[in-house]
Amino acid sequence: MYGVVIAMIPALAASVWFFGIGALVVTLTSVLACVLFEHLIQRFILKKPTTITDGSAIVTGILLAFNLPTNIPLALIIIGAAVAIGMGKMSFGGLGQNPFNPALVGRVFLLISYPVQMTSWPKPIDSRFSYLDAETGATPLSIMKEGLITGKPFSEVLAEVPSYLELFLGVMGGSAGEIAGVALVIGLIYMLVKKIITWHIPVAVVGSVLVFTGILHLADSDAYASPMFHMLTGGLLLGAIFMATDYSSSPMATGGMILYGVGIGVITVLIRVWGAYPEGISFAILIMNAFVPLIDKYMKPKHFGEKVAAKKA
Amino acid sequence: MLKTFSLGGVHPAENKLSAAKATEILPVPAEVVIPISQHIGAPGTPVVKKGDEVKVGQVIAQSSGFVSANIHSPVSGKVFKIDDILDASGYKRQAIIIKTEGDEWMADIDRSDSIRKGITLSAEEIVKRIGEAGIVGLGGATFPAHVKLSPPPGKTCEVLIINGVECEPYLTSDHRLMLEKGEEMLVGVSLLMKALSVDRAIIGIENNKKDAIEHIRRLVSGYNGISVQPLKVQYPQGGEKQLIDACIGRQVPSGKLPIEVGAVVHNVGTAYAVYEAVQKSKPLIERIVTVTGLSVKNPGNFLVRIGTPISALIEAAGGLPEDTGKVIAGGPMMGKALASLDVPVTKGTSGVLIVPEKIAGRGKTEYCIRCSKCVSACPMGLSPYLLMTLAEKEIHDRAEEEKIMDCIECGSCSFTCPSNRPLLDYIRLGKGKVGQIMRSRIK
Ligand code: SF4
Ligand code: SF4
Repeated sequence: MYGVVIAMIPALAASVWFFGIGALVVTLTSVLACVLFEHLIQRFILKKPTTITDGSAIVTGILLAFNLPTNIPLALIIIGAAVAIGMGKMSFGGLGQNPFNPALVGRVFLLISYPVQMTSWPKPIDSRFSYLDAETGATPLSIMKEGLITGKPFSEVLAEVPSYLELFLGVMGGSAGEIAGVALVIGLIYMLVKKIITWHIPVAVVGSVLVFTGILHLADSDAYASPMFHMLTGGLLLGAIFMATDYSSSPMATGGMILYGVGIGVITVLIRVWGAYPEGISFAILIMNAFVPLIDKYMKPKHFGEKVAAKKA
Repeated sequence: MLKTFSLGGVHPAENKLSAAKATEILPVPAEVVIPISQHIGAPGTPVVKKGDEVKVGQVIAQSSGFVSANIHSPVSGKVFKIDDILDASGYKRQAIIIKTEGDEWMADIDRSDSIRKGITLSAEEIVKRIGEAGIVGLGGATFPAHVKLSPPPGKTCEVLIINGVECEPYLTSDHRLMLEKGEEMLVGVSLLMKALSVDRAIIGIENNKKDAIEHIRRLVSGYNGISVQPLKVQYPQGGEKQLIDACIGRQVPSGKLPIEVGAVVHNVGTAYAVYEAVQKSKPLIERIVTVTGLSVKNPGNFLVRIGTPISALIEAAGGLPEDTGKVIAGGPMMGKALASLDVPVTKGTSGVLIVPEKIAGRGKTEYCIRCSKCVSACPMGLSPYLLMTLAEKEIHDRAEEEKIMDCIECGSCSFTCPSNRPLLDYIRLGKGKVGQIMRSRIK
C-alpha cells in the first residue's frame, strides 16, 4: 500500500503548488481522520488488533482529500472520512472486503449532502495563501456543461478555459488532487514499473472516454467537446489511475478489468454530456464497482489449454 | 530467439550456488534404506527377504502394475530387514534395508566410462529395457518412464521434448549432468526417439545455463533431428505443459496428457539414465543430488547411491549449518520440508536445500486484498485466490468448475501473494478432495 502513497506524492506536490495552504490542511485532516476512524472502529467496535499499519487508511485519506475542494470546512472532511472508513470500508469487514471504493463513498456522500460546499472550487495559484476564504471560480467542466445547456459552441467554451498544455499541467479549478494530469501520469508510470497495478484499467477508462467523446466530437464539433478536453479536465485521470484501480473494488482477471474500465469510461461520458452533474467519474466508478462480483464470475482469466489450435510444430 | 510459455510465471531469485561445482562421487554408505514406493503408481513388491544376499543392480522389488517401477539394490550386501520407516513427509512406508558388504555388481553391468553410441536394439526392446531398469522421471515427478513411451492407441508422438530447464532456484544437478555427461545424455535422447519412433527432439534449456546451451549445441551436430531451444528464464518453465507451450507453441488441453498435442517430455537426467540402462545394462541405482543453501559451507552436486541417508549428503557439503531453519527435499518452490534427516535419497530426490532460520518462516498471513497478483502469476490461468477460498470452505463442485485439477502445484501464487496467503497449501488440499470425488464418480 505504501507504494500507492509514493505514487501519489507528485499529485500531492502539484496540489500544494496550486492550492497552497488549503491543500495541506485538507490532506492532513483527511489522512488523520481516516487513520483515526480505522483505528477506533477496529479496536473498539470490531475488537481486533489495529490495521492502520497496512497503509490502506492513509491511501483512502489521501484519495478522499484529492476528491475535495481545498476550501472545504474541516467538519465536512471529518464527516467524509467517517463515512469513507466506517460505511465504505469497515462495515464490509475491512481491507479487501469492501465492494466500493471507500474514498468515493465518502466523496459522493458529501456531494449529495453538501452540494454547495462540494462544488465551489478555489482558483489555482491565486488562492495559495487562503483556505476557507479562497477565491473560487468555475472549472473547465462546469463551463462546458453551461455551454451544453445554453447551446454555446465548444469553440467559445475553449476560449474561456486554459490551453490544453496548461490543463495538463494543472492550471485549473478543481478538487485537490485531480488537476495536474502530468503528476498523475508520473504516479501511474511509477505504479506500472513497480507492478503495483497493470495498465488494463487506466487504459480502458481513458481509451473508452477518448473513443466515445471522439465520435461525438466528430459528429458535431460545435456541440461536443474534444476528446482531449475530456481527458484533461475534471477527475478523469485521477479516477482512471488511482480510484478505479483500487484492488478491493475492481475485477481480478484482465478481461474483466477492461470491461470494467470501458464501463466506467462510457458512464462518465454519459453523465458529463447528458447528465445533471458536470462530472461523472465518481458515480461511474461506484456503479461499476457494483458490477465487479458479476464481472469476476463471468470474466475468468484465460485458462491454459484453450489455445490448442494445432500450430505446426 | 528466446522462447517461453504464454501465461503467468514468476521470477524467484535463482541462487544457483553450486552451478560451477563438478559432480563428486560419494562413498557407498554402510546401510541403505530403499522405500518400495519411490515413484508415482503402485508400490513395488519386495522379491527379497531378510538375510538374502544381494548384488548391486539386482532387482529387490518388482513393478506391480501398469504404472509402477522395478527397484534395484544400489549396494551389495545382506538384506537386514523389511520394515516400515518414516518417509520424507513423516508417513509410514515400507522399505527394504540393506547392510553393505563390499561392492559387488551384477555381472552384465558395464561399469566402464567408454561411451557406447551404436544403437542396436529395436524400439520394443528399448522400452522393455527402460521398464526393467526401473527408470522414472528424474526431474522430480517420478512417473515411470516406460509408461510414457507407450502412447495410448490412436495417438502418435510427433516430437520428443527434453527438459533441461531446471527452473527451480538453487538446483543444479541437471545443469551439471548436461555439462559432464552431455554425450551420454544425447545417446539417451536418440534411444528415446527410437522408442517413440519420432525423428525430432528438442532440448529446452533456460538461458541462465549458457555454458550448457553451448556445450549441447556443439554436441548435437553429431546427432540427427536433435536441436537445442534456449528459453527465457521464467518459473515454472520446467512444468511439462509450460515447456511444451514454450518449445512448440501448443497448449495441452485441461485434463489431457502431452500426447494429445503430439508431444512426450522427458528430463535430461532421465535421458542419461536411459543411456545407462540400455547401453550399459545399468539399472537406476544412483543419481545426482544438489546439496545447497545460503549458509551451507560447501554447496555441491553429489552422485550418490539411492538409499543413502540425506544426513550423509549434508555431511559431504560441510555439515548442517548452525542457523538452519528447515531442510527441504527438492527446490524452494515445489520441494517439501523434511520431517527428519535420516530419510534416504530416493529416485526423485533432485536436491537438498538447507534454509537458514531467518528466511525459513513465512510472513504473517493477512487478508486477501484482491490485488490479483496470484491470478497474473498462475501459469495455468486459474484464480488461486478463489480456489483457496473454495478449498477452505469445502465447496468442491465449484472448485472443480474452476479447474482446480489443472493446478500444477508450482507455488507461483503463494510466492507472489503480498498477504502471504498459503494459497497452494489449501489448493493442494482441495485438489485431493476434488480428485477423490471425481474418481468415485467414475466407479
Ligand atoms: S500452484 Fe496452482 S494455482 Fe498456484 S500458481 Fe501454480 S498452478 Fe496456479
Ligand atoms: S495475491 Fe494474495 S492478496 Fe493478492 S489476490 Fe491473490 S490471494 Fe489475494
